[in-house]
Amino acid sequence: MADAGVVAAQAARTVHHEELGFLRTYVFSTDHKMIGRQFLFMSLIMLVFGGLMAMMMRWELAWPETQVPFTSWIPEPYMYDGHMDPAFYNALFTMHATLMIFFVVMPFMVGGFGNFLIPLMIGARDMAFPVLNMLSFWTAVPASILILYSFFVPGGAAAGGWTMYATLSAKATYSGVDWGVNLWIISLIILGISSLMGSINYITTVINMRAPGMTWFRLPLVIWSLFITAILLLLALPVLTAALAMLLFDRTMGTHFFLPEGGGSPLLWQHLFWFFGHPEVYILVLPAMGVTSEILSTFSRKPIFGYRAMAFSMIALAFLSWIVWGHHMFVSGMNPLLGTAFMLSTMVIAVPSAIKTFNWLGTLWGGNIRFTSPMLFALGFVSNFVIGGLSGIYMASTPVDIFIHDTYFIVAHFHYVVAGIIFGMFAALYYWFPKMFGRMMNETLGKIHFALTYIFFNGAFFPMHFLGVGGHMRRIYNPLQYEFLHDLQWWNVFITMSAFCLFVSQFVFLFNFFWSLFAGKKAERNPWQANTLEWTAPSPPPHGNFAAIPTVYRGPYEYSSPLVKEDWLPQDRRLGPEAAAAVH
Amino acid sequence: MLRWLPEDVSPYGAGIDSLFYFIYYITAAAFILVTVLMVIFLVMYRQREGRRAIYTHGNTALEVLWTIIPAVVFIGLGFASKVKWDELKIAVPQTDTAIQVTGKQFNWEVVYPGPDGQFNTADDKQVDNDIRVPVGKPVRVILKSKDVIHSFFLPNLRFKQDAVPGREIIAWFQANKPGKYEIPCAELCGFGHSGMKGWLYVLTPEDYQRWVKTEWPSAATAQAPKTESHS
Repeated sequence: MADAGVVAAQAARTVHHEELGFLRTYVFSTDHKMIGRQFLFMSLIMLVFGGLMAMMMRWELAWPETQVPFTSWIPEPYMYDGHMDPAFYNALFTMHATLMIFFVVMPFMVGGFGNFLIPLMIGARDMAFPVLNMLSFWTAVPASILILYSFFVPGGAAAGGWTMYATLSAKATYSGVDWGVNLWIISLIILGISSLMGSINYITTVINMRAPGMTWFRLPLVIWSLFITAILLLLALPVLTAALAMLLFDRTMGTHFFLPEGGGSPLLWQHLFWFFGHPEVYILVLPAMGVTSEILSTFSRKPIFGYRAMAFSMIALAFLSWIVWGHHMFVSGMNPLLGTAFMLSTMVIAVPSAIKTFNWLGTLWGGNIRFTSPMLFALGFVSNFVIGGLSGIYMASTPVDIFIHDTYFIVAHFHYVVAGIIFGMFAALYYWFPKMFGRMMNETLGKIHFALTYIFFNGAFFPMHFLGVGGHMRRIYNPLQYEFLHDLQWWNVFITMSAFCLFVSQFVFLFNFFWSLFAGKKAERNPWQANTLEWTAPSPPPHGNFAAIPTVYRGPYEYSSPLVKEDWLPQDRRLGPEAAAAVH
Repeated sequence: MLRWLPEDVSPYGAGIDSLFYFIYYITAAAFILVTVLMVIFLVMYRQREGRRAIYTHGNTALEVLWTIIPAVVFIGLGFASKVKWDELKIAVPQTDTAIQVTGKQFNWEVVYPGPDGQFNTADDKQVDNDIRVPVGKPVRVILKSKDVIHSFFLPNLRFKQDAVPGREIIAWFQANKPGKYEIPCAELCGFGHSGMKGWLYVLTPEDYQRWVKTEWPSAATAQAPKTESHS
């Protein structure tokens, strides 16, 4: 519940905001909506870099050791007149994953939409700690600059894979990269501090600043997802930070946490990394699940099916995510009995994911479905998540994992889950763009963008399952070095073509985004006829968000309620006695 | 999809592959169920003038049903996997054919114990990227690494095991068909990871004897190599 003192203090600050200059409005802003937009733009810029790296890798895999177009400007020893050095290939996939996970999906969903949505959807004027919020963004910026700068130090960027397994990562001589890895570590430690500041803020805000009447089970599911994500971040990131510090000490100060010659253990890194790494998967995917729940309900014009089951399944995912990390390590040399234990916990974590999928289907059933751009992307997310979830079962089975571990089957799986999140990201962007920027995005272009993205996404990632079944290892830069992979090479070509088309399709989005930003149709308050509180604020909402703090009377998904004639019933709408009588 | 699986020449691979197929059928069924329902709902319940969506918040019986069915299937799958896993990892067969494989950037260093069956003796023989084993016999592999983590991968034998510096990992494989099989490294091990590979030659008993005789000519006359005492 909102504390009266906090609200008053924020209201007072709101008045001052009106007089703020350019710098305090757009750069060092403490307004959660501006910080959300800043994170959004940061992640879109990083998405371009991450995507370009993927394109270079795909060229290399389809036509190994040929000249990669448009790259002859990259100097030696990374590219030899457009011919890629294998070490540079390793740097590309390492940085592609690092950027996409830490600098695209996390800032977009958690930093961007987490910031933008939490105060608006719980009926607060801002975050609990606005200055901490600003610091969180301005800590993420140097982390982003450092990680990109690591390409320009001698030896180039980190090339040990985003998992940075010791001992390859623990000694410069093993991977041939010295300061690149150090900067990678330092950048992620800084980014971890940024995320910690954000997560403390989110948790405090959700617990303390909900509008009157906004009980826990009237919270929109996307707020549930962001709240659970923030708790996971708070608990998982310190583990990564500790592991990164140990790795940095091994590299620079002669400790031997992970180096066996001094009594260290390479497997310790894997345990620490995946103890962070598996909750991280849910940090990435939970907000997309929350977004999908909002959008499916809104555009089915129907209450979400099984609200409590949806909330509790996310809580279950969060708890279980702490005890499945060993499924990344079945062939690592870990005790096989431990492998069995982790396999069983992994089988259990598949259950809440199944519950979510069936409840999404239940939401569609009996609806009055509007096929808008955000709805299409949300449906695309569900479709990809089903494939990514089901392909995870193969890896969970220890004997099958022996064969598919470290193959493209895994690459297919985590791209369906993690790259599939981009459908959740686009869904969120198309859905809340009117609220964020006060203008509508073009629907026709949105639908074209969806169709192209959906087709080429599946064209790029589904055949990776076939490669994996064929035994194609991940992280190799020339598949033709292996005789048993020759018959599979045409799939690599097919995947590369699809990936190029996927990349080019995004120009439709870029055009739509920037064109709509300046010339889109002016958005009304509630263009989608949705129930949640952000739609009761103006588009875009001013500082302080609401003219008066709304009072919440019901849950967020009262679509097609018999109480009212229209098919939506906002959370803050007070019904007169005649509506109460109608229900009896 | 599974037709892309490389040929399996191991005695245990069929079990792994059938588990693979089993999961394939289950997941394909689940995928088809969800996709077909989704498409049906999207078509049936597309927006139409004058229609109002069904006002419902869920159904507890359905929730219980779609919690329990996946739970039973997944746990069952878990136990089916456990049986196979134990067969591979816990019940390691007795054998007298042993090799030591050490990963190093970017080669597989192979050591044969020689006729005395003991490592670290004078008759050890070391070669790079070349493993010769007799057909139809379990082979014990002692996996080590000199620098970084490598992964010893035999696609045709459904075998994969990381080699971890500072540790000796004991594993086993068996090939039931003579031939030449690739041994890629499956774990990123540095700039030369791509292309780090060796060959496994599975030899008929006669070929294997011939190879042993050429490698250890003195021992062949003095005493039979330990590796063939049970053949």
